Amino acid sequence: MDFSWMAWTLPTAAFFLTILGLLVAMAVWEYASPGGNPRVGVLRIETTRGDRLFITLLGSAFIHLGFLGFVDVDLWWATVASLVWAVFVFRFV
Amino acid sequence: MEKTFNNKAWFMVLPVLVLVAFSAVIPLMTVVNYSVQDTFGNNEFFWAGTEWFSQVLDSSRFWDALWRNLAFSAIILLIQIPLGILIALNMPRQGIWVPVCLVLMALPLLIPWNVVGTIWQLLCRVDIGLFGSLVTKLGFSYNYAADPVDAWITVVLMDVWHWTSLVVLLAYAGLVSIPEAYYQAARIDGASRLAVFRYIQLPKMKRVLLIAVLLRFMDSFMIYTEPFVVTGGGPGSSTMFLSIDLVKMAVGQFDLGPAAAMSIIYFLIVLLLSWVFYTVMTTSDAKA
Repeated sequence: MDFSWMAWTLPTAAFFLTILGLLVAMAVWEYASPGGNPRVGVLRIETTRGDRLFITLLGSAFIHLGFLGFVDVDLWWATVASLVWAVFVFRFV
Repeated sequence: MEKTFNNKAWFMVLPVLVLVAFSAVIPLMTVVNYSVQDTFGNNEFFWAGTEWFSQVLDSSRFWDALWRNLAFSAIILLIQIPLGILIALNMPRQGIWVPVCLVLMALPLLIPWNVVGTIWQLLCRVDIGLFGSLVTKLGFSYNYAADPVDAWITVVLMDVWHWTSLVVLLAYAGLVSIPEAYYQAARIDGASRLAVFRYIQLPKMKRVLLIAVLLRFMDSFMIYTEPFVVTGGGPGSSTMFLSIDLVKMAVGQFDLGPAAAMSIIYFLIVLLLSWVFYTVMTTSDAKA
């Protein structure tokens, strides 16, 4: 099958492989400790591991957009901020 | 009791996964790929990095369309939800008028979007349209093709006409599911009409109303066909909503890179708002 019409680039392929890797890692984590570890965090809503990953990814997307649109620094700082956000979400949300 | 796990069931989900992959995931991946490149056709692409995202986020065109869209959704919700509840409260609960009312309410929902647009375009024309000529004869200056306020009034009226029925039907379904015993108890307590609404009908309708709010918000936020047919985004760009602007950029100007970047930002906003609504709905459901 020819997928050249999808206009693949190395960075976007790496991006989707990272997402896929995260999903696989979550599946392995779920297999190792089933149930999703639901809890009520700072948002006062019950979240499972999957919810926390979703909040992390969605938040990271907006962090990157925010850095692109409103802050004039290198975009890698947005990635660093996203990692801090991920730790916060998985720890407290 | 030991639960039986049959992992063969996963194979039953496979067709759905394939369908979703072809209808959503692969196109979305392609849009992401387009958003970081530039193309002049012929399947040739040039790396552009995050340039298109910066361009979209810096353009007043995008922000104006976004605020317009949010304002439109807010107006739609503020009109359609109370109006829908009011109509549902006044609909008969039994007798031959029930099916008549239900069919009348369902009619606008059955009409395709572009037909609704064409109906309202004709209806509001100042020269031959019933509504347009009537309003003009009454002494009001009305021309949806030239005046931004008139264009907004027309688009809002059209959406109210098309979609309030959905809120009515959902609210009505919530109302008819309330057992008669609740009303009897209210009568014994001597509760006023307002108290019955506030403490019996509204709480019982809460779940369906949340669905109505979610559906109406998402639909109005992604509105395209009706305003495209009636105003085409004009006059000027006064009714240029995000989706109309997006299509103009992608298909009209063939700026696929910026259009892809804008699609992703639009998609992320829709995703965020849907998640917020979904979370609010499920949390309040759990409390109920």
